[in-house]
Amino acid sequence: MTPEELEEIKENELEAQQNVPQQIHVCVAAGCLSCQSDTVKDALTREVEQHGLGGRCKVKGVGCMGLCSEGPLVSTHTGQVYQHVTAADAGEIVESLDAQPVQRLLIPTDVPFFERQKKIVLENSGTIDPERIEEYIAQDGYRALMNVLTEMTPQEVVAEVTASGLRGRGGAGYPTGLKWSTVAKAVGTQKFVVCNADEGDPGAFMDRSVLESDPHRIIEGMLIAAYAVGASEGYIYVRAEYPLAIKRLKTAIRQAERLGLLGADICGTGFKLRIDLRLGAGAFVCGEETALIASIEGKRGTPRSRPPYPAMEGLLGHPTLINNVETFANIPPILRNGGAWYAGIGTEKSKGTKVFALAGRVRNTGLVEVPMGITLREIVFDIGGGIPDGKEFKAVQTGGPSGGCLPAEALDMPVDYESLASAGSIMGSGGMIVMDESSCMVDVAKYFMDFCMTESCGKCIPCRVGTYQMHRILSAITNMTATEHDLKKMEDLCDLVKNTSLCGLGQSAPNPVLSTLKYFLAEYKAHVHEHRCVAGVCSEKATV
Amino acid sequence: MSPTDQVKTLRIDGRDCSGRAGETILNVARENNIPIMRLCELEGLSTVGACRLCLVEVKGSRKLLPACATAVDEGMEVTTNSERLQNYRKMIIELLFTEGNHVCSVCVSNGHCELQTLAQSVGLTHIDLPYRYPKKQVDASHERFLLDHNRCVLCTRCVRVCDEIEGAHTWDLMGRGIDSKVITDLNQPWGESESCTSCGKCVHVCPTGALSEKGRSVAEMEKRRQFLPYLTLMRGEHQ
Repeated sequence: MTPEELEEIKENELEAQQNVPQQIHVCVAAGCLSCQSDTVKDALTREVEQHGLGGRCKVKGVGCMGLCSEGPLVSTHTGQVYQHVTAADAGEIVESLDAQPVQRLLIPTDVPFFERQKKIVLENSGTIDPERIEEYIAQDGYRALMNVLTEMTPQEVVAEVTASGLRGRGGAGYPTGLKWSTVAKAVGTQKFVVCNADEGDPGAFMDRSVLESDPHRIIEGMLIAAYAVGASEGYIYVRAEYPLAIKRLKTAIRQAERLGLLGADICGTGFKLRIDLRLGAGAFVCGEETALIASIEGKRGTPRSRPPYPAMEGLLGHPTLINNVETFANIPPILRNGGAWYAGIGTEKSKGTKVFALAGRVRNTGLVEVPMGITLREIVFDIGGGIPDGKEFKAVQTGGPSGGCLPAEALDMPVDYESLASAGSIMGSGGMIVMDESSCMVDVAKYFMDFCMTESCGKCIPCRVGTYQMHRILSAITNMTATEHDLKKMEDLCDLVKNTSLCGLGQSAPNPVLSTLKYFLAEYKAHVHEHRCVAGVCSEKATV
Repeated sequence: MSPTDQVKTLRIDGRDCSGRAGETILNVARENNIPIMRLCELEGLSTVGACRLCLVEVKGSRKLLPACATAVDEGMEVTTNSERLQNYRKMIIELLFTEGNHVCSVCVSNGHCELQTLAQSVGLTHIDLPYRYPKKQVDASHERFLLDHNRCVLCTRCVRVCDEIEGAHTWDLMGRGIDSKVITDLNQPWGESESCTSCGKCVHVCPTGALSEKGRSVAEMEKRRQFLPYLTLMRGEHQ
């Protein structure tokens, strides 16, 4: 494969697309598939044939369009987006292509949900067929790789990523450029590059969507990373609960290998990279990098003490670069448009965009990509459309079980790593759960503690027994049997588990409790002293 | 390599100490008779840093660091026994007591138990959290030894000694979180284990009465660990 050959594939694909003037896109990512978008696609294909439009109109499966709650979603080449489409609507949609749009299914696209987003990671989601490499190439896919391999030294690639200011999207926000340069400088005959696709926060599905909608973007990101740090083998650690993502990744790897974009002697430059998949067996802790490495090695997936960091001693003892799916997804556009371009988006310390999985008590649930620095209010009320059923906003939970619940006072805070951390939550991987007055914050804290307790690996004592004891106290509070002494004990336990646990899971497990204690202490007090649940959630379940 | 690359000088609790590059804080403290509490660590076995009792404060580090897994560095200032650390240690030991069923008065290891000694040294006179009272089993299927899950603190010394010293890897862990437990082979009764060589090393590294010799009554089980430094020394010379 040469740059010219890549350009030729792009031209051919664009020409082929132009020869079909009409297009109907059906979302075939997991969200819409779960409401039978595949039958909608079949029905549309049938209707197109029956209307004799075979050569003029193409029905194609595409990735996530974002507004998952309104699926199955269908869009047309003229820009209409239809919601809740069933197979029975297919005829009407096909006929509307040469006439007026189908009003009853139409979603207005001039609303903040679409207009306020800025798509970098999701730029191809919902427009390209994730199972065809040609469509990715037609959108300038693999051009960054080609340029990197033929025009740039590894040091220049690292410098470009550093200049972009990109920070790890897995949760902790470690500067990506710094991580790359550490692995690049590490001494070793063999180096690895690993993609962490073990997304496990409740309610989070950003990585899943990227993998299902645009898998080649991850492969290209990993290739560029491998070139920059000097790795020759790569793994994508993806959870087995994502069968569609796994299938599309396998297809994508095979396609890239066939075109000589992956494997030995890539593009005739002598650079080689093999990428294998490893499937996670359902342990949340395997998203922690040292546990993930142990799991790839075939060992029990438990974390170990750092240092040594994986950048120095990782997989099989070799220097290893581990980045999250969304981090890798940002790499091709950064190398295509330059680090300075990326650094121009976002805030001073948090650059670029962030994908959030918006869920809970909000009108528009789904996937959104916004520039860093946007306020929580804009996400929840403008893009999310606010709280349905005339209810009051109560809290927004970010960062999953490691994050915290932020109250209405925090709504005007900009979304960036530092602001969220100073408010007692974290950016996390991008889960965002909105809660209204019908949620009890103690019950919410108990839910997340239950999650941490069941997902604790059991290696270190503070996390293994501490989460159990905290969960027990939270259960006592929601059962109206707790005392003031229990509250005091819980604060002590939070302090212990946060400061003495071995890995990030334990160290952050108290966050949902600490943040709700900070902002919603009155609710805890009402449970303990008045045996009353403000939201009415616990009194129904309580035994006294 | 210059001498400064090989030897690091540091202060532990205000005392000047020196250690070889790569040596852990715990080892250097031990050489200098500065006691640091620990449970999972045992000289001669690999380090897991799991019990968190040996956490120390290092000046300039935001986080507490496990002395067993942290290498000494030039100019390091280590505090091993601040009030904060004492409180954490007491709570961790308290958590262990609530987790299992530790009843000293009927235990074979009474008087020779590391958990008991730790509890006494931190002045743990009562437990402020509710006990879990889990239903746990006793495996008496082995001809000579006994496994009592009620007394296990999941330090994994048995797992490591069996794998690293005996080379049998009979022991391992199953389950996760509060439901973790040590198992023999693929969770078969110990007596039916095909890999177990009945060497008894696991019994003698076990800090509590979880692993014991059959035929011992209350307080009669004393652990003999002399073999471990001897084997480690021999292995070191062989290599």
